[in-house]
Amino acid sequence: MRIGILITHIRAEEKLLISAFQARGIEPDIILDRDLNFDVTAGRGQLAPSGVAWGDYDIVMERSVSTSRGLYALAILNSWGIATINRYDTASICADKLRTTIALAQAGVPQPQTRVAFDTDSAMQAINDLGYPAVLKPVTGSWGRLLARVNDSDSAEAIIEHRQTLGDYNHHTFYVQSYINKPGRDIRAFVVGDRTICAIYRTSPHWITNTARGGQASNCPVTPELNDLCMRAAQAVGGGILAIDVLEDADGQLLINEINHTMEFRNSSAPTGVDIPNEIVSHALSMIEVTA
Amino acid sequence: MTAPHCPECDAEVSIPNNAMENELISCPDCGTELEIISLNPITLDLAPEVEEDWGE
Repeated sequence: MRIGILITHIRAEEKLLISAFQARGIEPDIILDRDLNFDVTAGRGQLAPSGVAWGDYDIVMERSVSTSRGLYALAILNSWGIATINRYDTASICADKLRTTIALAQAGVPQPQTRVAFDTDSAMQAINDLGYPAVLKPVTGSWGRLLARVNDSDSAEAIIEHRQTLGDYNHHTFYVQSYINKPGRDIRAFVVGDRTICAIYRTSPHWITNTARGGQASNCPVTPELNDLCMRAAQAVGGGILAIDVLEDADGQLLINEINHTMEFRNSSAPTGVDIPNEIVSHALSMIEVTA
Repeated sequence: MTAPHCPECDAEVSIPNNAMENELISCPDCGTELEIISLNPITLDLAPEVEEDWGE
């Protein structure tokens, strides 16, 4: 059995995953995305930087912190018929907030009201249509970077002008959502295959609750309602190993906020008591058994 | 074995027993994020700067 793990560098998550494989007697090959040099037209017989032919891998787990490197690698490997976690189709939707919103809408999964506009005037109109406060987000990006809560039209004008003037074309897609007045926390749920294996509350006095921004993790019980919602959200983007961010609105309704395809989990096993890397490894090995 | 030094502030950096190549660690003195480029011999370099497309 050959497992490859594609990384930008080794963070706590990758170390935990490697240990979980080793505990099963499997030594995964670590492949640095900086070393990739694909002959895209040559196919799966060419050697990976590990010295192993790409086609000899039973599965490649994509754990690049670089979204663009990870996505292109998945696109190439999947085009050669190589199994990956996650699949390119899923990862590419999750990497794009607008495409995620479209997928959730098509599946009828509840989410914040969302508008998109491509011009400064229509972006102002989109925010006015939603009402204040609203949240402007880059369509790509992570860790809560460049999110802006827009409380009034003055700040909306300023933020839109800044994005139009200082940002590249990615920032000229104005993706705006209704601000959800959540109870000082959101939920991050971990989906592995066909189960929501655990979830955490991320609590913060700041409206951005990412643990990368200081949000504190505590256990969130996986209720049947939460599991059902998360499974529907996961299926909407094609399924896999996913971290699903869920908001509770003032009425207690659960809304899907974002879906992450290379999830970070270092702070989540302890509060939940769930061995997340072991669950991921079990799922990866079950995928190999299914395809064998 | 001589302990490696932080390439930013020259502080001595202790390497965990279970360290791996390409693992990120922090300098205990200046907090700079470092990457273990090699374990034999131990070589440290500044970790790459976070890029716009980094995330999960």
